[in-house]
Amino acid sequence: MSDLRDLYQDVILEHSKAPRNYREIAAANHKAEGYNPLCGDRFTVYLDMEGDSIRDISFQGSGCAISKASASMMTQSVKGKTKAEAEQLFKRFHDLVTGHAPANDGGELGKLAVFSGVSEFPVRVKCATLAWHTLHAALEGKQEAISTE
Amino acid sequence: MSIAAKPVSNSRLDVERVRADFPILQQKVHGKPLVYLDNAATSQKPRAVIEAITRYYEGTNANIHRGVHFLSEHATEEYEAGRRVAQGFLNAASPSEIIFVRGTTEGINLVAQSYGRAHIQAGDEILITDMEHHSNIVPWQILCDERSAKLRVAPINDRGELILEDFANLLGPKTKLVAVTHVSNALGTINPIRRIVEMAHGRGVPVLVDGAQAVPHLKVDVQALDCDFYAFSGHKVYGPTGIGVLYGKAALLDAMPPYQGGGDMIISVSFEKTIYNKLPYKFEAGTPDIAGVIGLGAALKYVEGLGIENIGAYENEVVSYATAAVSAIPGIRLIGTAREKASVLSFVLDNIHPHDIGTILDQEGIAIRTGHHCSQPVMKRFGIAATARASFAVYNTKDEADALVRGIEKVREVFA
Repeated sequence: MSDLRDLYQDVILEHSKAPRNYREIAAANHKAEGYNPLCGDRFTVYLDMEGDSIRDISFQGSGCAISKASASMMTQSVKGKTKAEAEQLFKRFHDLVTGHAPANDGGELGKLAVFSGVSEFPVRVKCATLAWHTLHAALEGKQEAISTE
Repeated sequence: MSIAAKPVSNSRLDVERVRADFPILQQKVHGKPLVYLDNAATSQKPRAVIEAITRYYEGTNANIHRGVHFLSEHATEEYEAGRRVAQGFLNAASPSEIIFVRGTTEGINLVAQSYGRAHIQAGDEILITDMEHHSNIVPWQILCDERSAKLRVAPINDRGELILEDFANLLGPKTKLVAVTHVSNALGTINPIRRIVEMAHGRGVPVLVDGAQAVPHLKVDVQALDCDFYAFSGHKVYGPTGIGVLYGKAALLDAMPPYQGGGDMIISVSFEKTIYNKLPYKFEAGTPDIAGVIGLGAALKYVEGLGIENIGAYENEVVSYATAAVSAIPGIRLIGTAREKASVLSFVLDNIHPHDIGTILDQEGIAIRTGHHCSQPVMKRFGIAATARASFAVYNTKDEADALVRGIEKVREVFA
């Protein structure tokens, strides 16, 4: 069970059951939809940008525990950050879940470090990164739904 | 087509001896004995199949239908012997009605592109059902797009059974072809093919049957069913991947244009006029998967050795046992509860995504499939994005069903 507990950490389970910022932002000036055709996970990410800064962020949709918790914690992590900071965090997060994180990342990931167990489950990387890819698309102002495939 | 109704005792099948025939089943996964319950995706291979392929490559390999040398003659003989085994397995009237293809998907595409292009006109309709695999939807959509024809879909009920009255009503003067699955890969439903064929033939409409999920579990007799086309894949019936069979009635196949052009499918070629080969070679362009046919022949002989009725009866007992045990777990909802079912136990669990179920079961050594099973319309019909699917084969046991139940209990613990 040790491997499983690495993946399904309590923080992740808790966020999957009670996701934060799980709502629509009526005044969103950016939004994007992300879809994983392999498992049917589907999320919409809403952004309220003030210039280059993320004033508010939220998401809605359905997916597995990993994808939902990742979306929830992502919204907490990037709120108040600039576009460039959010993109940098995505890169760090992607490195973490694909097992390419540097030994000492300077603690930049904060709570997101709980997703390190995902790197032992390669087929679940897409679950963990779906919301982040969707955020990236929203920041870029892409209109069409993005896909993990 | 009910197997349960047949008075065959499971004592005719010694599952421990069967398991010993499948080398892959002896291994451990994540330190636990492998419990392989993803048979609707692909089945494991008995030693008889693996050895037939090895024997071919070690002692017989040559191209067929051309050489005058010893090996070529021998390889041709074995390849054509595989065709006769497949003919007997389906009880086709003639070996020339057995076309070797890559699998069910290619068989359906062959009919869509060859029969379909010759017979489907603008305004015509092709009738399928709401429980089809994508491979029995998309080839018809492509054809309908090309021909300005219309795809009609017969609905299913909440148990996952075809609603025959609606099917009958959709069979109209414009219907030119019916394409229906024998057994649903996502739900396990067994369709009443004989009745469907009768209804369609009553209106002069030919019927293609997707048999991918049926041939591993049911006796299929294409003459008794009277279907016009029947396609199946070798790898789901203990044979190799990349080889399958399209059965077609000789009169229909004879009148159809070739699907692919190339070597072996011709009598003579000149720039002025090319004469196509006779059946079945007209539809087998290029060097075929010779080893695959030999492996498939070995697989079908293995199934015949056990007896398909014995296999079906034994599997039904294990699946019924597993279904009862899984149903008793709190929060379980079964997807697909048809009165006539084979092999498949599809379910969702309250507030737990199938993908999470699949990962946790995998850690217990249990292989199941999670997702939409290439049947997105079925998922939509039941208002879900995905299911967890356990699918059983002849080598699965009640002990493995118990392991599945313990695995699901573990899933519930993790998410408690």
